[in-house]
Amino acid sequence: MVSFIQGVLLTLLAAVTIAIVRQRNLFGVVILAGIYSFLMASVMIVLDAVDVAMTEASVGAGISTVVLLAALYLTGSREYPSAHTAAVPLFVSAVTAVALIWGTNELPRFGLADAPIHRHVAPSYLEASAKHEMPPNVVTAVLADFRGYDTLGETTVIFTGGVGVMLLLRGRRKRLKSGKEGKEGRA
Amino acid sequence: MTGWEVIADHYNYYVTIFLMVAGLYIVIARGNMIKKLVGLGLFQTSVYLLYLSPGRIIGGTAPIIDERFSVYSNPLPHVLMLTAIVVGVATLAVGLALVVRISEEYGTIDEDEIFAKDEDQ
Repeated sequence: MVSFIQGVLLTLLAAVTIAIVRQRNLFGVVILAGIYSFLMASVMIVLDAVDVAMTEASVGAGISTVVLLAALYLTGSREYPSAHTAAVPLFVSAVTAVALIWGTNELPRFGLADAPIHRHVAPSYLEASAKHEMPPNVVTAVLADFRGYDTLGETTVIFTGGVGVMLLLRGRRKRLKSGKEGKEGRA
Repeated sequence: MTGWEVIADHYNYYVTIFLMVAGLYIVIARGNMIKKLVGLGLFQTSVYLLYLSPGRIIGGTAPIIDERFSVYSNPLPHVLMLTAIVVGVATLAVGLALVVRISEEYGTIDEDEIFAKDEDQ
């Protein structure tokens, strides 16, 4: 059974999502996305995922918001209503939702200790990290010790992302100064 | 189990599905590219919830080993989602850089206007 506070937080999350869908001012959308990330971090704490909550609060609500605001500054912050009808997207979303809800029928009940996910490899990780005197935080032990190479790969992804952003935005100021016709930004 | 118990047991999954579908709707229906990227972010965060929800054990605690506790949540979804968050912000940054370049070239970030300008050429 889902606890009361978890139910309230999840309902708030859904409400903020509706606001994000309806909001046309992109500055408002970015701020709502920040609120969404903090709510998500709270839900994660309730779900015992403290490390993930910390990362979501700093990366999701912090860095993402800053990056989005920077992009808004460079492009313009008004969303114009689309000329198309929303019927097809609504239909696709509704069909997806029904299929996914149908799929939840067979899932194990929430919070049971004998669900399949808790009986596969997770206990051996918990035992091994205690036996080999790894950091008491098992998430850290898995991330840095057991699966250190995966974390190296993750760092490579971020490095590649950073290089990609730099290559895309390189020479921006020079281009703006030379100011070719029809290329004025809306900002 | 009565209907209410089923709903209370699966409420996490229902909200997860709602967030996922809302993100999908924004990505398909909205023309503004920054809005699309925010929708993609909604879709991603719903996946975090999808992974973390089954990892929780009622009566358990966060997976930090201490002799006072014996039942811990599953740490493996946490590790996976830490990676997903960080990779998510990297993809968001690259996507926004592309949007800025598009805005420089076309003077707009609205999908319909970009298609119209492409057809004019």
